Amino acid sequence: MLDIINVQKTFNPGTVNEKKALNGINLHLDDGDFVTVIGGNGAGKSTMLNMIAGVYPVDCGSIIVDGVDVTKLPEHKRAKYLGRVFQDPMTGTAADMQIEENLALAARRGQRRTLRSGITAKERKEYQELLKILDLGLENRLTAKVGLLSGGQRQALTLLMATLKKPKLLLLDEHTAALDPKTAKKVLDITEEIVAKDSLMTIMITHNMADAIRVGNRLIMMHEGRIVVDVKGEEKKKLTIEQLLQLFEASSGSQFTSDKVMLSK
Amino acid sequence: MEILQQLLSALPGSVSQGLIWGIMAIGVYVTYRILDVADLTVDGSFATGGAVAVVLILDGWNLWLAMLVAFVAGLIAGAITGLLHTLMGIPPILAGILTQLSLYSINLKIMGKANQSINVNKTELLVSLRWVKEFAFHNPIITVGIVLLLLIGVLYWFFGTEMGCSIRATGINQNMSRAQGINTSFNQVLGIMLSNGLVAFSGAFLAQYQGFADIKMGQGAIVIGLAAVIIGEALFGKIFKNFALRLLAVALGSIIYYIVIQAVITLGFDANLLKLLSATIVAVFLAIPYWKRQYAAKHVRRSKGGEKNA
Repeated sequence: MLDIINVQKTFNPGTVNEKKALNGINLHLDDGDFVTVIGGNGAGKSTMLNMIAGVYPVDCGSIIVDGVDVTKLPEHKRAKYLGRVFQDPMTGTAADMQIEENLALAARRGQRRTLRSGITAKERKEYQELLKILDLGLENRLTAKVGLLSGGQRQALTLLMATLKKPKLLLLDEHTAALDPKTAKKVLDITEEIVAKDSLMTIMITHNMADAIRVGNRLIMMHEGRIVVDVKGEEKKKLTIEQLLQLFEASSGSQFTSDKVMLSK
Repeated sequence: MEILQQLLSALPGSVSQGLIWGIMAIGVYVTYRILDVADLTVDGSFATGGAVAVVLILDGWNLWLAMLVAFVAGLIAGAITGLLHTLMGIPPILAGILTQLSLYSINLKIMGKANQSINVNKTELLVSLRWVKEFAFHNPIITVGIVLLLLIGVLYWFFGTEMGCSIRATGINQNMSRAQGINTSFNQVLGIMLSNGLVAFSGAFLAQYQGFADIKMGQGAIVIGLAAVIIGEALFGKIFKNFALRLLAVALGSIIYYIVIQAVITLGFDANLLKLLSATIVAVFLAIPYWKRQYAAKHVRRSKGGEKNA
């Protein structure tokens, strides 16, 4: 379960650059919910994920993951509950470390890092099996440096790392946006597969409306730091892009304008 | 011919010095390459190590115990820099400079004066430049060489542990590290501590080797450390891929640095200009990767398209 209760965030308060990024967000997710998030630039999508992950502190409100109030926990302590994949393929992995070392780091998320060996022979075998599922030929390159991989391979690996230790909540911040369409589709397929396998509670930001409608069991649309559209279950399955735009206009009182989103519909 | 003879006769001394500074350079490697932080504390902590060791040995302490305390003194110096950076938000370079400056006073207090000599004829020491040409176990090349190899072994093991891997990850990608639950601030402090511990340990060797600890013995140490790291990488980077070998390359880089310096002096180069020479060499070597990238960037623009795969 995830509960976001009246979370607000203003960047650079009291300056000319003041920006109200989150304007009282309330959101409740049940275990196994897969929510897609869309919205224009500056709508607060990424800020919302960053608030959940603890990248910046909130101004007010609280965030409760699986019954634990994480609002005041630092980022590295919240990581125990969260799996994260970022927009930039460079962000999610350590380029100068081997594939297996990256996975081993992720396997110890939420644990004390001791003086035991950083990776065991047993783990190596497990990782090889896991990488086979990705079907990207990485299973035979365990000791290759991650920096040598393509963006798509890195995102797939990051996804595997984020879910290696089953997270309470998986946060995907436009994780296919930096990839070419074919690779993006492949990474999205892998995402659906992994999420379905463990029925992970997931929040996925995307700029692709068709994906947002097709994937997951719930869709929210953000505008000026608020959630303005929230569609679930059967209603979401029948949703079309035109309906979605109408819903958006009706509740936000403005036209939906985002070149990136419109171009990719 | 005569010059060659002079060089050969100076070789054991250069190698000894290179080995001692090699430990220091490995300390620099820990911050500069693994943590990706340029830590200037080392100029102070190097002298702290020497001062602590000399004062304790004169006080009759066990030699290895004195070395251990010197190491711990370095750990503390590193902790101060680390905390100045992580708790007080001071940029690492400035944090290092602040600690380095404070250490000047502290080192004076430790020794009670600017220079404390220790005579190998009156006091038992681990290493001394008197023994560089002796064919015996206490020859500094052997003593320091063995210690250096042991240290490389321990570091190789440590950076393969869960904790060591998380320090490496912290140096490579802090965002990723935090997302994987790694306390990056703690790791930075730990890494800077370890680095300065090694540097102080090396200073403790050098003070015994040269027969005195001096308030200025660490001046420019960071440049020598960087020079060793860079020389080691330039010469052995292509063949030494394993982590232990990379540390060995740093030590070899340090030895080569001292042999070259000795050669330059023997050839009649003005010794007063040595630091200028070292700094210039380091500056040029630091610039080379940047120039390479710039050159490559220009090249891409000229070629057609250059499709970037995803």
